[in-house]
Amino acid sequence: MHTGVNEAKQSGMPESLLPSPFADLERFAQTWCLATEPERFAQRMASTMSEMQAFYAASFPRIGEMLAFCDAHQLGDLPDDACRLLQLVHSTIMVSMCVEIWHQPAVIDAAGARLDRVREPFP
Amino acid sequence: MDQYPRPAEGTWTEHYPDLGTGLISYEDCVSPEFAADESEAVFKRAWLNVGRVEDVPRAGSYVTRELTFAKTSLIVVRDAQGQVRAFHNMCRHRGNKIVWTNAPSEETSGSCRTFTCKYHGWRYGLDGTCNFVQQESEFFDFDKSAFGLIPVHCDVWAGFIFVNLAESPPQSLRDFLGTMVTALDGYPFDRMTERYDFSADIACNWKLFADAFQEYYHVPILHSQEATPATRAKTQSMGFEAPHYQLDGPHRMVSTSGAPRRSWPEDFQYPIEVATRSGLFGPWDEPDLGDDLPGVNPGGIPKWAIANFQVFPNLEILIWETGWYMLYRYWPTSPTTHRYEGTLFFVPSTNASERAARECAAVMFKEFALQDAGTLEGTQKALESPAAQTVFPLSDQEILVRHLHKSVGDWVDAYRRERSEAVRHA
Ligand code: FES
Ligand SMILES: [Fe+2]
Repeated sequence: MHTGVNEAKQSGMPESLLPSPFADLERFAQTWCLATEPERFAQRMASTMSEMQAFYAASFPRIGEMLAFCDAHQLGDLPDDACRLLQLVHSTIMVSMCVEIWHQPAVIDAAGARLDRVREPFP
Repeated sequence: MDQYPRPAEGTWTEHYPDLGTGLISYEDCVSPEFAADESEAVFKRAWLNVGRVEDVPRAGSYVTRELTFAKTSLIVVRDAQGQVRAFHNMCRHRGNKIVWTNAPSEETSGSCRTFTCKYHGWRYGLDGTCNFVQQESEFFDFDKSAFGLIPVHCDVWAGFIFVNLAESPPQSLRDFLGTMVTALDGYPFDRMTERYDFSADIACNWKLFADAFQEYYHVPILHSQEATPATRAKTQSMGFEAPHYQLDGPHRMVSTSGAPRRSWPEDFQYPIEVATRSGLFGPWDEPDLGDDLPGVNPGGIPKWAIANFQVFPNLEILIWETGWYMLYRYWPTSPTTHRYEGTLFFVPSTNASERAARECAAVMFKEFALQDAGTLEGTQKALESPAAQTVFPLSDQEILVRHLHKSVGDWVDAYRRERSEAVRHA
């Protein structure tokens, strides 16, 4: 199982987590390269709107390029840095809900309800 | 002003005269006595979907299902011949729960050649036969072949695994499902193996949550944010009208229609929907499933978009014209709570762009389902108040709500009649 950031840290890999054309997004990688929806949802709920707006402003305009970069590889065989790039797209989708729809981290009128994603594809 | 033609009677509800048009009570969502009888009358008599054949892909693959309403746990397993079987998850020696991993109350899955009891090591084959007893000769007048796992009726339709807890179900699975549902035979459910599974414990009666997914009258209001700010006022003033409703025995369906999302103007979409070519309505770029998709449009309506089948009692199969489907199940856990399971099924992604499109669909599904979950807990609380000892109106667009409560009520009434007759004859 890839754990993205932690794996890189432990093995003392280069500091850059993302492919070089995406160096400008590197500052968001530690926080937002998350392998699963439960992690991404938890990160969103733990973030402020200004943190998410900054991430969104940088990553949203690059979704097309990020996906085109990943599409050059087989989905089941993404190199680690491309895999983290796709995770960053997934996180951009997550924060877009707050930035575009709710204008707050939580879903309006969800109260305390939870809906756990208990199974999903990887990556 | 009607947007779509309605049956000759003038309304969908009056087209099915047994339904009536009167006010209804939600006592069936708060009363512990009703819930107890409903378990017996409905959940222990109807065929219940507990999974897909892909959950048990090979001989020896199994899953366990905790059926709280019946206070039982089931093992669903594919045997050596490829047949899917179900057994009570209980050892015939001294009743221990045989299959569990982290905790006895948690569902699990895996693969094995025999089931071995953790307590004294009795072993059972994939067909339930008891084939090993530790120190067998110590037992008295003992024939282990009489101590196999207790089977539960199990059958498969279109790759959906159903069980029936009745001793002898009055109808076969196919007869139970009826012609409207089984018309979907041949739909390529088996190709849609990329899954996003959700689970939630929700503090409302299972029927209240099912109701929120079988009427769209609430959508422009509770989910006003499904429409972009540019279109919200118009969406709300238009309200919702379905082009087709259909009932078949205890089962029901609603169709919606509309132009495919990819053809909508840009300001009708959120930016993330444009960027991922996906959203609440699913990926815009459809897989090629061929033209022959039986049963999905029973009303023969032009430009169908959704076919939402409500299979009695607690299963929803919602098929999108754009080539994917959702499956919801509602499991009562007490009179006023239930466990909700929801899954989105897609043809597998072949690249990152397709994966991101599916991710966007799964993320937006959860956002708006959370609004239902939050709101329905409030409905439950209000219906438990003394103010709710009254009756409530339902519109023609809520015909399926009326039909669910009536169908459950009919099954419970039949059960109560049988019970009082049995008492009288005793
Ligand atoms: S209870 Fe299972 S072997 Fe004893
Ligand atoms: Fe809803």
